[in-house]
Amino acid sequence: MTATAGRADERVAEVGPLRRLLIRPELGAVVGAVVVFAFFASQSAVFRSLPGIANWLDPAATLGIMAVAIALLMIGGEFDLSAGVMTGTTGLILVTLATRYGMNVWAAMLVGLVVALAVGLFNGLIVTRTRLPSFIVTLGTFLMLQGVNLGVTKALTGTVQVSGLRTAWGFDSAHTVFAGTIQIGGASFRVAILWWLLVTAVATWVLMRSRQGNWIFAVGGGEQAARAVGVPAARTKIALFMTTAFAAWLVGSILALRYTSVQANVGIGQEFIYIIAAVIGGCLLTGGYGSAIGAAIGAVIFGMADKGIVFLGWDADWFMFFLGAMLLLATLANRLVRRYAEEVKH
Amino acid sequence: MILQTKGIGKSFGSVLALREVSMSVEAGHVTCVLGDNGAGKSTLIKILAGVHQHDAGSLLVDGAETRFGSPRDALDRGIATVYQDLAMIPLMSVWRNFFLGSEPRKGLGFDVAKARRVARDELRAMGIDIRDVDQPVGTLSGGERQSVAIARAVYFGARVLILDEPTSALGVKQAGVVLRYIARARDRGLGVVFITHNPHHAYPVGDRFLLLNRGTSLGEFAKADITREKLTSLMAGEAELKELAHELERD
Repeated sequence: MTATAGRADERVAEVGPLRRLLIRPELGAVVGAVVVFAFFASQSAVFRSLPGIANWLDPAATLGIMAVAIALLMIGGEFDLSAGVMTGTTGLILVTLATRYGMNVWAAMLVGLVVALAVGLFNGLIVTRTRLPSFIVTLGTFLMLQGVNLGVTKALTGTVQVSGLRTAWGFDSAHTVFAGTIQIGGASFRVAILWWLLVTAVATWVLMRSRQGNWIFAVGGGEQAARAVGVPAARTKIALFMTTAFAAWLVGSILALRYTSVQANVGIGQEFIYIIAAVIGGCLLTGGYGSAIGAAIGAVIFGMADKGIVFLGWDADWFMFFLGAMLLLATLANRLVRRYAEEVKH
Repeated sequence: MILQTKGIGKSFGSVLALREVSMSVEAGHVTCVLGDNGAGKSTLIKILAGVHQHDAGSLLVDGAETRFGSPRDALDRGIATVYQDLAMIPLMSVWRNFFLGSEPRKGLGFDVAKARRVARDELRAMGIDIRDVDQPVGTLSGGERQSVAIARAVYFGARVLILDEPTSALGVKQAGVVLRYIARARDRGLGVVFITHNPHHAYPVGDRFLLLNRGTSLGEFAKADITREKLTSLMAGEAELKELAHELERD
């Protein structure tokens, strides 16, 4: 440590706890969530009551499951535009098989899962084999699934929805597990919230504490370099697409069991909301950086705004304006934070 | 001698990229490979690294004749190559990069505590003073990045370290830092192959000097047999320099 130590001395910038905190990708989302909560909670007593919290945590949960999966995929450097419509596809499969073909609800869900994973595998294989941008590949899958959802539903029922899941065989047990409610302090919380917390916890563990997590950051941050040190880049990306498909199946099943019917156009337009939540949560559009917890918090912001606007009696049309403003603010904040964090050098 | 070539050669179609080159790498010594662009430096290191296969002469590892089928083969024999692009991910932390592709396991997961500790200790053992192994590699200077790549190769059991122009993109001060780590790797008993076109970088740290010109060897010299001036002029091509000086002279 001869001259090196001397050289380091003159440049030592104390990396204090503050900066350490600031370089977390979730920071922007946490600050945003606190601000949004404070705003609505100060304006509306219902919003800050326990039933109110249960109310706005519900949309946060179903969106959050997707946003977390999309966040992993985006950290791995890819997009999936077919994720939204896939929630519709899996729901339609579940309801159609259970009501029209007398299949057990659990078995119908299994079929839905197999189909979803197959679509994820298809997306992953095309992207990794052809090196085409996933934006285009999954846009293709998105449109194809949209057509299939409508076409098949119309051909089978003559309408654009399938319904009647309530009377299907095995509905009650599946409903309890995926669409039930839990009473806490007089408020009924959707069980989807637990699924969301579970998905977030598992995703965070994988990202931060598993070898595969290291590979996800690596394939998104520099695929060539990752390959050069022996990271199975293609396998990692395919697994990420299949994870997104799995999440779409989970959310599709939860919603189908909750409402007992599925519209053929459900999920369309949601794919960008997932991406927005992931970006608010600190994911870079270019990949290699982000957080699962951040995406989950991004979903909370979405849920709070979605219901908060209703609680305040505002026109719900303002929600989209709010979402856009949040997205812009979050990306600007993330950019500033990252710059600040990286100027440690020199 | 860990690694040796005897009259090694390689041609691509009708192009003789390398002819009759003999060199040796000893544990705890630095062999410098010097040459201008197109001298055959990259072809030589690619043979040593297992990327290309030689088609003349012989390659000896621990005295036994060998032919590498792939870079993995060379790596398994303890010959690690650090290329200029380094294979590192700028947005990832130093310790995550250090273990990328060879993460230590703990149960199902990645032993993060061990990775952090080992990365810090290994860098310190090489005399690399990184303030914080949690900082992204992108925030390191070029010299520091080279040093992390060298430390990584050393940790993963390299006996011979091949460094492809590690100082060429660096400023004077940064190059000095890297040279110090080369010396440190040598002191830890590794054989180092240091490829450069700068005799001023090679001379202080080298024990042997292999000079290449247009695909052939101008000779392998021990440090005792060659002065810095001689090395520099051989490297530049004495006659060519005189001619150039003459050409550029004002009338």
